[in-house]
Order: sequence, then structure tokens, then C-alpha cells
Amino acid sequence: MYLGRVIGTVVASRVAHGLVGSKLLLVQPLDDRLQPNGPVQAAVDTVKAGPDDLVYLVGSREAALALDPWFVPVDAAIVGIVDQLYTPEQTP
Amino acid sequence: MKMCRVVGNVVATEKHPVYQGQKLMIVQPLDQHGNDSGTSFLAVDTVQAGPGDRVIVMSEGNGVRQILDMDVQLPIRSLIVGIVDQVDCPAEV
Repeated sequence: MYLGRVIGTVVASRVAHGLVGSKLLLVQPLDDRLQPNGPVQAAVDTVKAGPDDLVYLVGSREAALALDPWFVPVDAAIVGIVDQLYTPEQTP
Repeated sequence: MKMCRVVGNVVATEKHPVYQGQKLMIVQPLDQHGNDSGTSFLAVDTVQAGPGDRVIVMSEGNGVRQILDMDVQLPIRSLIVGIVDQVDCPAEV
């Protein structure tokens, strides 16, 4: 599970069977300093996130379990919109 | 499982139902000397860890399902499963 910034929306009319009707957003994964961390990825949204939202995602098989039905070809799902980060132990 | 330092936590009201009531912490993987090694990520806390604690984090869905034992599908992958008291590391790699 990791932080991410929603940077856009992905529209795909021809998708695999399990992805029909799911909302795809473009996300830049971030580290705890909100610095980019790894390539931009498409993720299925389950919490009505929008562009520029700071969110957190779950990856690999557990991402599919965020959806109903859960047997879908998904490996990244947005499962929360971050209100605030509290990082007292961040190294300088 | 990884040894990590708890950096802080994440506050989120709009989230997937299974995250309700869970403490979501930011953890930074450590090497055997306690130096940061690798990229920080998030983990749900099950042992009342706090910022600054050295913890053991497990990142595998099946283990999560066993520990949290909720009868729904869990989109949770990483759990803090232990607070480290001491590390003895006589053998140098």
C-alpha cells in the first residue's frame, strides 16, 4: 500500500471483461515526502477520487479485492483519499 | 517480512469500508543497522505501534486475512505485526 497523486483520467472503451464500467485514474506513486516514486500507473478508483487528490492505493492481488465482483484483472486500486499526513519521525 | 521504522500515520475519512477504524501508518524499511533502506510505504497497525517505533511489517494478503479475520474480502496488503525490542547482528554480511 502506498501514497499517490491523481494526475488524470484514463478512458478506455475496449477493456478486458472484468474492467467494464470501472473508473480508471492516472496516478503518480509518492513516498512519505510526497516525492515521485516510480512510474505513473493507471488505477481503479473505489472512493470517488479526482485529479490532484492525494490518495493511497493497494497493489497486486489485494487491489482486485477492493472491487465487487473481485475476480477482476486489476493490480492497483485507490482505496482512500488522504486528508492529512502526520510524519513526526521523518528523517531530514 | 521487513523491519521498518514508523514515520507517522495517514488520516483519511473517505476510504474503503475495511479501512474504517484501522490505524494506517507510514513505515520506512530499515537495514540491520537501523539505517533507512528502500522506499517508504503504508501498513495497517495491529500492535499499537507509534511514530519512531521499530516494527516488523508483513506484506502478504493471505496473512492479512488470517490476522484481521474479517469475513469480507480485504484490500489490505501490509500489516505491522510486531514491535522490535532489540536486534543482535554479530555476523557482518
